[in-house]
Amino acid sequence: MTAVYVQLSYIDLAIASVLLLLAGGLSIALNLGLEKSLGIAALRTTVQLSLIGLVLKILFTLVSPWWTGLAALTMILLAGREVTARQNLRLRGGWSYSIATTSLITAGGIVTILALTTAIRPEPWYDPRFALPLLGMMLGNTLTGISVGMERLSATLKREKDAIEARLVLGHTRRDAVRPYVREAMRAGLMPIINAMSAAGLISLPGMMTGQILAGVDPTEAVKYQILIMFLLAGTTSIGALMAVLATSWRLGDERDRLRLDRLRAR
Amino acid sequence: MLSVRNLKRLSIGPIDLDVAGGEIIALTGPSGVGKSLLLRAIADLDPNEGDVSLLGDDRDTMDAPDWRKQVMYVPAHTGWWADTVEPHFAGLERARVKNTLQRLDLESTALGWQVANLSTGERQRLALARALAHVPKILLLDEPTSGLDGDNAARAEKLISDIAQDGAGVMFVTHDAAQAERLGTRRLYFYDGKLQEAAP
Repeated sequence: MTAVYVQLSYIDLAIASVLLLLAGGLSIALNLGLEKSLGIAALRTTVQLSLIGLVLKILFTLVSPWWTGLAALTMILLAGREVTARQNLRLRGGWSYSIATTSLITAGGIVTILALTTAIRPEPWYDPRFALPLLGMMLGNTLTGISVGMERLSATLKREKDAIEARLVLGHTRRDAVRPYVREAMRAGLMPIINAMSAAGLISLPGMMTGQILAGVDPTEAVKYQILIMFLLAGTTSIGALMAVLATSWRLGDERDRLRLDRLRAR
Repeated sequence: MLSVRNLKRLSIGPIDLDVAGGEIIALTGPSGVGKSLLLRAIADLDPNEGDVSLLGDDRDTMDAPDWRKQVMYVPAHTGWWADTVEPHFAGLERARVKNTLQRLDLESTALGWQVANLSTGERQRLALARALAHVPKILLLDEPTSGLDGDNAARAEKLISDIAQDGAGVMFVTHDAAQAERLGTRRLYFYDGKLQEAAP
């Protein structure tokens, strides 16, 4: 079987955009008021993706460790901001952002570098054509795990304040008093990736694998890649969510075994 | 027994206070003036400054959980962390728990009850029993009988004075002047972040 890669022309894109007009028409007909948001979102996706296409093209020709590193750092900082933006309850003093970013750097960094140096092994190992898409996938999943975990922990500690303090006044340590909620937050953070792994292949065909198949790669090869990615995602999400949840729990307490909800503020 | 010097916390203080063993201090004052916050600060539940010690041992030299086991705060509305009553009494001496429950007119089967089905009064009595079963040296009670009917309030008051008679120091917040008079061996009035002796 020869691999066939079908190149898209701009006319193909224009035809697909008819569907967008259809969606906009429905919005007007049903009075949903979404036509403007749809238009802006479609424009954003076109402009953002075109720009990133250009940036990636330049980075791929440069193959510079510095520019690749800078791009990776930018992605991580943006991911940290995204986690913070999703928190309804934030830690005061920029702690939500610091915790999210540190967890993303550590988890995403370790697993991406591990994958590049042991499994995929491009030459050089930081080749942006491998490093950046891989990091992007790690960050996308890890940021979901981290933001769900942090949000769940803050919300639960706030809701269960009376129960936690009831234990503190009886002389339980703060660690013991919050342990069930830390566990619950960890579970919540890991659930999306567990669901994704369970549904993969049956209900959903993961995007990367689909992309490779469309690009003409043999499905069994594409599947191997996807399994590798799934394992990497499970690893990075676990590490990231664990770090972020534990750090949030630490920040919401102090050395006198108190519950410090005064360090939270609602958005 | 309990010595508080120069205690400060946001809108409160500086407070100087001594609680002797066997003493029952009734703390009164307008709503929202920070009586609960004062008790919380003594129990070290919120950040605060000052020199607080128990029998000469400085609070800062003790782990916070150790401190709170001896200087125990019982909030007016407390929380429950398990579905049934029993786990909240885990690790406590069984005979003492039963005895305390009995003195508050709670059957020993109360331990098997579902927390969700408890009435306000049952919650309040169980919370008191839960604290007393730890045999603290100092008890800080926030409106300990606010949700109780006459008979149960009388039982709780009796239990509190028995505990004091056994040597514990008690400070309780109340809005009931008659109760302050009846139960308190000393009365303090809290206003504008300061404590003052109430006129006898």
